[in-house]
Amino acid sequence: MSTLSSDTLLKVEHLSMKFGGLMAINDFSFEAKRGDITALIGPNGAGKTTVFNCITGFYKPTMGMITMNQKSGKTFQLERLPDFRITREAKVARTFQNIRLFSGLTVLENLLVAQHNKLMKASGYTILGLLGIGGYAKEAKNAIELARFWLEKADLIDRADDPAGDLPYGAQRRLEIARAMCTEPELLCLDEPAAGLNPRESAVLNALLRAIRSETGTSILLIEHDMSVVMEISDHVIVLEYGQKISDGTPDHVKNDPKVIAAYLGVEDDEVEDVIAEVEHLEGGAK
Amino acid sequence: MSNATIVTGKTSSGLVRRGLIEAFFAALISFGMFVLYIGLKTDQNIHNELIIVQRWGLLAIFVAIAAIGRFAVIVFLRPHLDERKLSKARSGELEISTDKTFLQKHFLKFALILMILYPMIVVGIVGAQGSLLYVDNFGIQILIYVMLAWGLNIVVGLAGLLDLGYVAFYAVGAYSYALLSTHFGLSFWLLLPLSGIFAALWGVILGFPVLRLRGDYLAIVTLAFGEIIRLVLINWTDVTQGTFGISGVPKATLFGIKFDASADGFAKIFHLPMSSAYYKIFLFYLILALCMLTAYVTIRLRRMPIGRAWEALREDEIACRSLGINTVTTKLTAFATGAMFGGFAGSFFAARQGFVSPESFVFLESAVILAIVVLGGMGSLTGIAIAAVVMVGGTEILRELDFLKAVFGPDFTPELYRMLLFGLAMVIVMLFKPRGFVGSRSPTAFLKESKSVSGSFTKEGHG
Repeated sequence: MSTLSSDTLLKVEHLSMKFGGLMAINDFSFEAKRGDITALIGPNGAGKTTVFNCITGFYKPTMGMITMNQKSGKTFQLERLPDFRITREAKVARTFQNIRLFSGLTVLENLLVAQHNKLMKASGYTILGLLGIGGYAKEAKNAIELARFWLEKADLIDRADDPAGDLPYGAQRRLEIARAMCTEPELLCLDEPAAGLNPRESAVLNALLRAIRSETGTSILLIEHDMSVVMEISDHVIVLEYGQKISDGTPDHVKNDPKVIAAYLGVEDDEVEDVIAEVEHLEGGAK
Repeated sequence: MSNATIVTGKTSSGLVRRGLIEAFFAALISFGMFVLYIGLKTDQNIHNELIIVQRWGLLAIFVAIAAIGRFAVIVFLRPHLDERKLSKARSGELEISTDKTFLQKHFLKFALILMILYPMIVVGIVGAQGSLLYVDNFGIQILIYVMLAWGLNIVVGLAGLLDLGYVAFYAVGAYSYALLSTHFGLSFWLLLPLSGIFAALWGVILGFPVLRLRGDYLAIVTLAFGEIIRLVLINWTDVTQGTFGISGVPKATLFGIKFDASADGFAKIFHLPMSSAYYKIFLFYLILALCMLTAYVTIRLRRMPIGRAWEALREDEIACRSLGINTVTTKLTAFATGAMFGGFAGSFFAARQGFVSPESFVFLESAVILAIVVLGGMGSLTGIAIAAVVMVGGTEILRELDFLKAVFGPDFTPELYRMLLFGLAMVIVMLFKPRGFVGSRSPTAFLKESKSVSGSFTKEGHG
């Protein structure tokens, strides 16, 4: 694609999603850069999770194009792929707003399930592995090593053999991220990773996300309400309200955008101009 | 301490009073429940007229059992249990103990050795002819159900897909063997894998339309599938001979050696007196080997990515899709693998009976197999094997209990109460062990130590 520069990882163009008469997302476009932490924020019901579901294939968008541009130069049209192939081939992994762990499997098993496709191939689609032929044993060992790596990163190594459902809430959040990372994605989509965490756990999460980006080069797209997380770690913030983009830029830019302030503080439409004027006046005064 | 003695001392007379009152109500309720079922019986007299037989004696026995049972629970059992719990709590002894006894550790090895020695022990005790009953009715019958339940366990216990029509694959296996061997004379050893493959194919055929269904909807469609197969077997008379069934299905052979009275039969070759027991013992080892194959494959598959994907599918299907797992093929392989073992068991069944008819593949069979899986603990091979012994062995024992006739009168046929006792046993087990005999699952991989996962964390799957 000619318009796609090499440092663009994900390009969403004119995305619309209609549920019956409800326009959940209306002509929404944005770009996420490779190696960036991009945050998607907005009031409740703005359509953030819907955007996520469109990107990861859980919804088929009514209109629009979602292009994933991999490091290798391969591009994928995500709106055309079924959900499991988006993770398997386009290398986009996700977590869920309400944690979805395999609670009856152990922490380690959760991370091994995430490496399913790699292990399936190594086991000759089960048949060779069942007969003990081929490199399945070696690949299984590697898979456990990768799991161990992410368990150490997520500070879960001591709980590796416990059932995932037995972990405290904060640890379950970290495990879900570790599990998504075990699919070796290029883009990690996190749906409210800090929801329900206390300030200390939030800080640990920030460190984990930074480590993911710096050590594996995985780009992150996250939805978040916790502004301490958003403003501290993201490079790029997009604000959504009623399914439409109202602001797009650096955290500092977005923080001072009068439209964003209006959306969050709930100002009437005709008062927006007043707020804009006020902010401009304040900025002028500061200068 | 003194406080407790005062409490018990104070209530002992009150306890008997309460026991009597509760026993009276239990008697009243059981009278109300049983008066029409047991007190009255419709029968035909010598003129072929319908008459009502009154059985007040039998009814009185039932009511008395209920009343005495209730009294015993209130006056003796409950105070005893309470006291034991209290003394345990006082001594600080915990219910959970981590170290296993020698027997618990090596239970599986002992069980396997016992199974291998079982026919010899039986022959040693009651002789070749007397062993028929124990090897055939108990041994083979139970092992067929163990195998069927282990096969269904892959679909229901591991992948969490509720299948109420499992008996269809059993039927496919049985008819594949019966038809191909009677028409084309193919041998058992060739048709055994073929029957498995045919059944697996039907598993995939069933799998496709039901992939999008979950829970109750899936259960209903699989139930219908089981009925369709049975109705086809009844109505496609040109091929299956309908309700008459196919008789004269050839027996299995041991490397070409037949088990009959001919000159090159098993008994003549080994210079043994002629007996049908050898064939039964051979069949016993054959089904034991098939069971071991099922167990081995299940244990191996659980440690392979596909087995983990099945269990993950049971826990959370959406999370599976988000991890790049193709849930369609994963479900299909579960259906096909489970069906394949059903097919093996079916062809074995046909070779053992020498006769197949649609009568053997009714819904009740599916229900019994599913009940064994649920009772044993979904996913646990040991638990399921124990449940099969209890359920199937229990049924067979009921046939042998002639002394009950002395208690309940000569008309009493214990087999007729089979389902009543089945239901009762299931309710009791589910009350005390809601996750089945073995509710926990053992993890398939571990870093430091393998800790079993309590049943309260695992999910049953939702279709």
